[in-house]
Amino acid sequence: MATVVPPPSKKQKKEAQKVRDVDIVPADLPHVMIKFQASDTGDSVGGSLRVPGGITEKQLEQLLNQLLGEDEAVPYTFAVVDGDKTVDVKDNLYSSILKPKIKTTEDFLTMVYTPRAVFKVRPVTRSSNAIAGHGSTILCCQFAPNDSGRMCTGAGDSTARIWDCNTHTPFKTLTGHTNWVLCVAYSPCGTMIATGSMDNTIRLWDAKLGAALGSALSGHSKWVSSLTWEPLHLVTPGNLPRLASGSKDGCVKVWDTTRRVCLLTLSGHTNSVSCVKWSGSNLIYSASHDKTIRAWDISAGGKCLQILKSHAHWVNHLAISTDHALRSGGFDHTGTTAKLSQAELIAKAKEQYQKVAVLNGSERERLVTASDDFTMYLWEPLKSSKPVCRMTGHQKLVNHVSFSPDGRYVVSSSFDNSIKLWDGIKGTFIGTFRGHVAPVYQTAWSPDSRLLVSCSKDTTLKVWDVRTRKLSVDLPGHADEVYAVDWSMDGKRVASGGKDKMVRIWSS
Amino acid sequence: MQVTIPTNGPRCVQLAIPGGKDKVSWGQDVRSEEEAYLAKHTFKMNEYMEEHRKKHGRRLDHEERQRKRTARESHKSSAVSQKLYGIKAKLHHAKRHSEKVQLKKTLKAHDERNVKSKDDGAVAEGALPTYLLDRENQRDAKALSTSIKERRKDKAAKYSVPLPKVRGISEEEMFKVLKTGSKKSKSWKRMVNKATFVGEGFTRKPVKMERFIRPMAMRYKKANVTHPDLKATFQLQIIGVKKNPQSPLYTQLGVLTKGTVIEVNVAELGMVTTGGKVVWASTLFVDTMVIEVRLITQFPKEYAQITNNPENDGCINAVLCKCL
Repeated sequence: MATVVPPPSKKQKKEAQKVRDVDIVPADLPHVMIKFQASDTGDSVGGSLRVPGGITEKQLEQLLNQLLGEDEAVPYTFAVVDGDKTVDVKDNLYSSILKPKIKTTEDFLTMVYTPRAVFKVRPVTRSSNAIAGHGSTILCCQFAPNDSGRMCTGAGDSTARIWDCNTHTPFKTLTGHTNWVLCVAYSPCGTMIATGSMDNTIRLWDAKLGAALGSALSGHSKWVSSLTWEPLHLVTPGNLPRLASGSKDGCVKVWDTTRRVCLLTLSGHTNSVSCVKWSGSNLIYSASHDKTIRAWDISAGGKCLQILKSHAHWVNHLAISTDHALRSGGFDHTGTTAKLSQAELIAKAKEQYQKVAVLNGSERERLVTASDDFTMYLWEPLKSSKPVCRMTGHQKLVNHVSFSPDGRYVVSSSFDNSIKLWDGIKGTFIGTFRGHVAPVYQTAWSPDSRLLVSCSKDTTLKVWDVRTRKLSVDLPGHADEVYAVDWSMDGKRVASGGKDKMVRIWSS
Repeated sequence: MQVTIPTNGPRCVQLAIPGGKDKVSWGQDVRSEEEAYLAKHTFKMNEYMEEHRKKHGRRLDHEERQRKRTARESHKSSAVSQKLYGIKAKLHHAKRHSEKVQLKKTLKAHDERNVKSKDDGAVAEGALPTYLLDRENQRDAKALSTSIKERRKDKAAKYSVPLPKVRGISEEEMFKVLKTGSKKSKSWKRMVNKATFVGEGFTRKPVKMERFIRPMAMRYKKANVTHPDLKATFQLQIIGVKKNPQSPLYTQLGVLTKGTVIEVNVAELGMVTTGGKVVWASTLFVDTMVIEVRLITQFPKEYAQITNNPENDGCINAVLCKCL
C-alpha cells in the first residue's frame, strides 16, 4: 500500500486561503529620482537620475558601471540612505524600499554603492585530505599570504609544520621549541614565519626553506599568546617587517627581525595580554585580561596613546577592519607568486590598505573587541577613547571576532554556540548563524567577504553564506574539537586542525 | 536471614516506614534513616569530664602543664625503655623502631618537597589553544561538577523505572498472622497475602520451621511483559525477583507487588549472537524488525517492572526496562 500524505491541518488550510503577497512590480509605478554616492569616498556620481521605480539591482549595477566608465563590470551592492541608517537594496528597488514604505516615489533617493569583490569564492564542500603528522593537538594554523599552497600549523608536540597544500603532503617540520607552539604568523611579505610558544620564546623561520632563522627570541617571562607583524606598507624599503608579541606576563614586545633584538617593551597591562594587532596607522593594539585595550604608538617610540576601558571582564580578542588587507601584504586573491620587488609590494600593500581603510573620504580604521562579559565594543581609537557602539546579544563569552575582508561586516563567535553578524561600520546587529551544538571557537572569512567558515567544539566546520544568512555547507570530518581554522588568501582552500591531531584541508 | 518479627504489628510498620510516610521511594534505604534518627537523639553517657570542661573551662595553667608534660615526654620514654627487660622490652623496642622509621620517612618527604627538582623537559600533555589556556581550571572545575552531576544522574537512572514510586505496604497488609500451637496461643507464623514467585525446585520446610507460608494459589511463574519500544506484549517466564521496593525481606521472599522489578527470560524472543546481542527473530514480529538489546550478561535475561497489583488481578503485567 502506498503511503498517503496526511490531509492538511486546519491551520494549514487557513494559511493557504490567506491573501499572499506576490512580488510583481506594478505597471503604473512612476519613475523615481536617485543619485549615486560612493560608500568609501562619499563622492556622488552622475548627478540626479530618473530611473523606473522597479529598477533591479542588476540594472543599477549596469547603470553605475556605465557612469563610472569601467572597462570591466564591477559588481556593486546598493543601499538607500534613510535618515542616519541605510537600507540594503535586494532584488529590486520596489520590493525592498518602496513597498515596505521606507521611502515613497516622491522622495529623492541617495544610493550608496559599495563594490563587491570582483572574484567569487566557491564554498568549500569536501575534505580533500586529512594529513597526519602532528603528534599532539593542533593549536593554530595559518595560510601563507603569497601562496595558498603553503600553510603552517603549530601543535602541542612542540613543533610547527609547514604543509604543501597542493600535493597534500608535509613540507617541513619546524623543530626547536621545547613546549607547545601556541601561535604562528606568516609575515606579510610571505618570507618569514614567526612562532610563539609555551616555552616563553618566539622563533623565526624561513618560509621558503623551512629553516630556522637564528635562535629563539627570548625575553618574555611567560608564554607567548599572540603574534603580529608590522604591516608591509609601513616598512621602509630595504628592511624586514618588525614583529610584535603579546604574552601572558602582560608585556607586549616589539622585535627587530634582522638584528633579532627586542626593540621595545610595552608594559602597562596588569594582566596577561590576550591579543595584539599591529594596525595600518602604525599603532599596536593590545587586548588584555585586565579588561582594557591599549593603543601604543610605535612611531612615537611605543607611547601608550590610549587606554580603552569599557569592558567588564577579560578582553579575549580584537580585530581591526583592515586585518585582511594587512595580512595579505602586497599579494591579492590571485595568489600570485610572481617575483615583485619589495618596493612594488609595499606600494601595492599601501593601495590595498587604503582601499579598505578609507571610508567617507577619511582614513577610518575601526577596532572591535570581544570579551568575557558577553559583549563586544566597536571603537575608533584614532578619534575617541569612547566606544562607537556596544554590541550585545551573546549569551556566553565571545571568543573570537573578525572583520570581513572589505570591512563591512563583523562576525563574532561565542561559547553560546552561535555566531553573530554585525555591521562593521555602525556596529548594529544583522543576524545570527545558528547550527553549532557546542562552543564556536574561531571563524575565518573567505577573501570575497561572501562566505565564512567556523570551527567548533562539536567537531564540525560550517560554511555560512553572509548574504542569505544561512548555513551553506556543513563539514563534518574531524574526530574531536576543532581549534583552528583558516581560509586561504585565494579562497580555494580551508585548513583546520584540532584535538584529533589531523590537519584537514577542505576544498570546493 | 534471621528476621525478628515483633508481635505487635503496628510497631513494625513504624520501623519500616519512618515518620509514617505512606510512600516508599526507590533508592532510599529505610533502615539507614531510622539509624540516623536514633543516633541524633541518643544521649552520651559518662562524658562527665567533657561536660565539666564545657561548663567551667580548663584550669588556668593547663597550657603550661601541657607544655611541661610534652617536654618531659622524651625523658620519661627513655627511662622506660632503659628500665624494661624481657618480652616487654622486645615489644617496646619494636614499637619504637617502627615509630622512628615512620618519623624519618616523614622528614624525608618534607625535605623533598622543598628541594627543587630539575625539569626533565617533558612536554605536558593536553595542549590547549591560547584562548582556552586560562580557562583550564574553570573547565576542570566545571568538568568535575558535571561529572558529579552525571554520576548522580546515573545513580538516579539506575532507579529510573517506569514506576518510580509505589504505595507503601505495611506488614499487616502483607502478612496474615497464623495462630499455632495446640491452644492456638502462638503467633509466630506468617502467611504472605500477596502474589509470590517461588523458584523451581523449592521444597517447603517442616511445619515447625516454616515461618512464612507462600500459598500455592498465589504463586506465579509467568508475566505478561510489554516491550515499550515494540509496543508488543509477550508472556515470559520469570527467573527471579530482582528487587521489591518495599523491603529486602520481600525481595527474598519473592513477593510480587506493584513496582517490583523481576528478571524475565527473553530467550524465547530470539537468538543471542556471539557478541552477546539479542537478535529478535523476524518471524515473531511484523515485517523485518531486527532490534538489538543491550544485555547485562550473556544469559538472555532482562529486567521488567510489575505495573499492576497481581493479587487483585490474578496475572502479572510488567514493562521491560533496559536501563537497569
